Amino acid sequence: MNGSLLKARYQPDPAAASSPLAETTQVPRRKIHLKSSRLADAGFRYLMLGCALSVLAIVVLIVRELFLRSTLSLHAFGLKFLMTQSWDPVNGDFGALAFIYGTLVSSLLALILAVPLSIGVATFTTELCPRILRGPLSYMVELLAAIPSVIYGLWGVFVLVPILRQYVQPFLAKYFGWTGLFGGYQFGIGMLAAGIILAVMIIPIVTSITREVMSAVPTAQREGVLAIGATRWEMIRVGVLRNARTGIMGAIILGLGRALGETIAVTMLIGNRPEIAKSLFAPGYTLASVIANEFSEATEDLYLSALVEIGLVLFAITLLVNIVAQLMVWSITRGSARRAAV
Amino acid sequence: MGVGIQVNQLNAWFGATHAVQDIQMDVTANHATAIIGPSGCGKSTFVRCLNRMHETIPNARVEGTVKIGETHVYGNGTSAVEIRRRVGMVFQKPNPFPTMSVYDNVASGLKLNGYRNRRELDEIVERSLRQSALWDEVKDHLKKKSGASLSGGQQQRLCIARALAVEPEVMLMDEPASALDPISTSKIEDLIFELKQNYTIVIVTHNMQQAARVAEFTAFFLSGKLIEFDKTEKIFTTPGDKRTEDYITGRFG
Amino acid sequence: MPNQYWWRSFKDKLMVGLAGMATLLVLLPLVAIFGYLVYRGIGALNWNFLTKIPKPVGESGGGMANAIVGSGLILLIASLIGVPMGIGTGVYLAEFGKKRFGYLVRFTADVLNGVPSIVIGIVAWSLVVVYQRNFSALAGGVALGIMMVPVISRSTEEMLLMVPQSLREAAWGLGVPQWRTTLSITLRTASSGIITAVMLSFARVAGETAPLLFTTLGNQFWNFNVRRPTAALPLQIYTYAQSPYDDWHRQAWAGAFILIVMIVVSMSLVRMVVSRGVFKGGN
Ligand SMILES: Nc1ncnc2c1ncn2[C@@H]1O[C@H](COP(=O)(O)OP(=O)(O)O)[C@@H](O)[C@H]1O
Ligand SMILES: [Mg+2]
Repeated sequence: MNGSLLKARYQPDPAAASSPLAETTQVPRRKIHLKSSRLADAGFRYLMLGCALSVLAIVVLIVRELFLRSTLSLHAFGLKFLMTQSWDPVNGDFGALAFIYGTLVSSLLALILAVPLSIGVATFTTELCPRILRGPLSYMVELLAAIPSVIYGLWGVFVLVPILRQYVQPFLAKYFGWTGLFGGYQFGIGMLAAGIILAVMIIPIVTSITREVMSAVPTAQREGVLAIGATRWEMIRVGVLRNARTGIMGAIILGLGRALGETIAVTMLIGNRPEIAKSLFAPGYTLASVIANEFSEATEDLYLSALVEIGLVLFAITLLVNIVAQLMVWSITRGSARRAAV
Repeated sequence: MGVGIQVNQLNAWFGATHAVQDIQMDVTANHATAIIGPSGCGKSTFVRCLNRMHETIPNARVEGTVKIGETHVYGNGTSAVEIRRRVGMVFQKPNPFPTMSVYDNVASGLKLNGYRNRRELDEIVERSLRQSALWDEVKDHLKKKSGASLSGGQQQRLCIARALAVEPEVMLMDEPASALDPISTSKIEDLIFELKQNYTIVIVTHNMQQAARVAEFTAFFLSGKLIEFDKTEKIFTTPGDKRTEDYITGRFG
Repeated sequence: MPNQYWWRSFKDKLMVGLAGMATLLVLLPLVAIFGYLVYRGIGALNWNFLTKIPKPVGESGGGMANAIVGSGLILLIASLIGVPMGIGTGVYLAEFGKKRFGYLVRFTADVLNGVPSIVIGIVAWSLVVVYQRNFSALAGGVALGIMMVPVISRSTEEMLLMVPQSLREAAWGLGVPQWRTTLSITLRTASSGIITAVMLSFARVAGETAPLLFTTLGNQFWNFNVRRPTAALPLQIYTYAQSPYDDWHRQAWAGAFILIVMIVVSMSLVRMVVSRGVFKGGN
């Protein structure tokens, strides 16, 4: 044991003993009495818990109120409500089929138009465009999300519909009329107009979530593909899109959820007739629109109850769609922001 | 004046990780005690058990007893907040409140507890800053400069002043100088040397010269266990355990 | 094989081109809507519009002053409900919500975020209008307030999680109780981020029409009583857009212009705050 060597290495520093601070440390200590806090802490915790519980309570209330106010209609029609097409307030005969059809078709149309565009925009802004354009482009797409529904409707009625009527519908009828999807009167207003405006409205959310999941793909995945001599497009297809596909699927379904519940713009453009027609030029009606149009005028109890049941159906569909979408996006982004290190 | 600390059968876990095991240790009042040991051996966890900071981590658990003076730290009816007022803590990385001025940083412990006496606050802030040897450097812009605008070494002394302002009896320092340059480090060491006349100090360090310079007692930790605890001089000259010797002579694998 | 390389490179250029085209195509409606809005809106804007209430059906002139004020009233009620509840939930999730219950709340907030606004309208009608036997600003405020909660809570949580844990520990280490630490250290450090979240949720509900249709109902006259039907800007735009009168169409555009200016201004403020850093003086 080499004691003297160690001693030499770790000799206390004599300089430290003669510090210039000596005079300041000899201050008598006062006792400062501070308030006790245990009660306040518990109170605060319960208050915050109360807020969190209220979120659960709101959702429970939504379900409860919807069932409560639609009891009459639930009893009167049962499952038949979902499978019949008649909507006759005068005779008190109600069925939701035409609205379900209109909601699904307008939303699917919106998806068909919006998905390729959204993936294109997301790809362009995350992978291709010059770095300097990234911020402004994302901001502009975000702005699209900030435009209120009623303004989309206004613009649709006064700008989009005339364009559709004069140029687009004649063109589609002439060249694609044989499909049967583009026949009949060309009002401008109808399923096609609603689908287009819905597409514009869901592009921002589909784009931004797609962008998020694409950015979550590790750079190593991209470099790996590039390293074997792939072109940019092959890198995006194999390295990025394939890795992000669950998340993109989630984004699409989330967009679908938005489209299903969208009300005002659709109400202004779809034509509001409870019919099931093959042509996309024909007017239709959605679950949300019929509530918007008829709720404050419904005086009969059964009529009102049927409208609330329409709301219940809409709630159930969007709930299902959103839960599926959430699970898919969560599986990519792990649900919540991770606590920052340190 | 500071008070002593008695640690008995202390165990601490992170979930299933048993980070601190069966620690038995008496820390002498008004002296500095150094905790040394390789990275990950449980030094931080140990000192965080002394002021009940360990329990703020999700799934963390403590067993055993700790006494600060006559108070049972983990006794029924002892509040963690009360303990933390009596046991100050300085962290490895300086963490001044970025939204507060230098003055507010030092006064924060009192102000956030509802202490409002202006004149006394002024006095306490000045005294604490003098104690931490920062007064001369900041006295001209006490209320203008943000705590985050100071240099790293100044920030750490600000954090010490902040801890001193609540007039604790014990001061825990978890590698207070490891993120600092040599000049700041030596200032902090001088400071500890002064402070131990009035406070009981427990300082974690991985720098053995530092332990030798500032502490009368040294504890050597390895894999969550207290291997040896003795007078600093004894630990560094004639350690009783082979593992201690290996560690301080740098022969540690 | 050079031939195959040519094909791959062609496909690369094609797809890159298509992505660029998609971007242009998406920006097209944005430009078209804003352009048309400014063109029609500014033309229709005048002093009467901002200070007068609507004229009887068919008469031209009058304005939307009552609707602008009514929207303000409804949004105030919504904020009084949505902001504290949203921030409280966010605080719970960030500071206490590590356990399974936290995940449940988080998931529920996301579900609530996806409930169509018209359904929220039905619920507010059922909870407020039916009991009051009266359409009211309060009912509309409740609907919009509910819609603000999930938006604010999720972003508040995110902002709070960005506050370094070491700041909380610094405060706890000084013997500052948890509630004080959260209010004076954590929330204060994240304050500009949380203000951003509040503004964004505000911008989102400011233009909502559907949940107001059968809660606040609308009103052609002044109303300052929260228990009475009240005019609101988006409702007025909706009604006027569907009317057959040119003058009302003109006013709908003016109203839309005001609405979008309000929203874009608040979003730009948010951008400015964010670009100046989420944390004041951060280190
Ligand atoms: N927050 C934590 N969660 C889980 N394990 C942890 C955490 N902090 C520390 N540990 C583990 O506890 C042990 C002791 O850590 P620590 O006390 O920080 O060591 P030291 O300060 O001596 O370097 C290490 O094995 C470490 O991995
Ligand atoms: Mg450590």
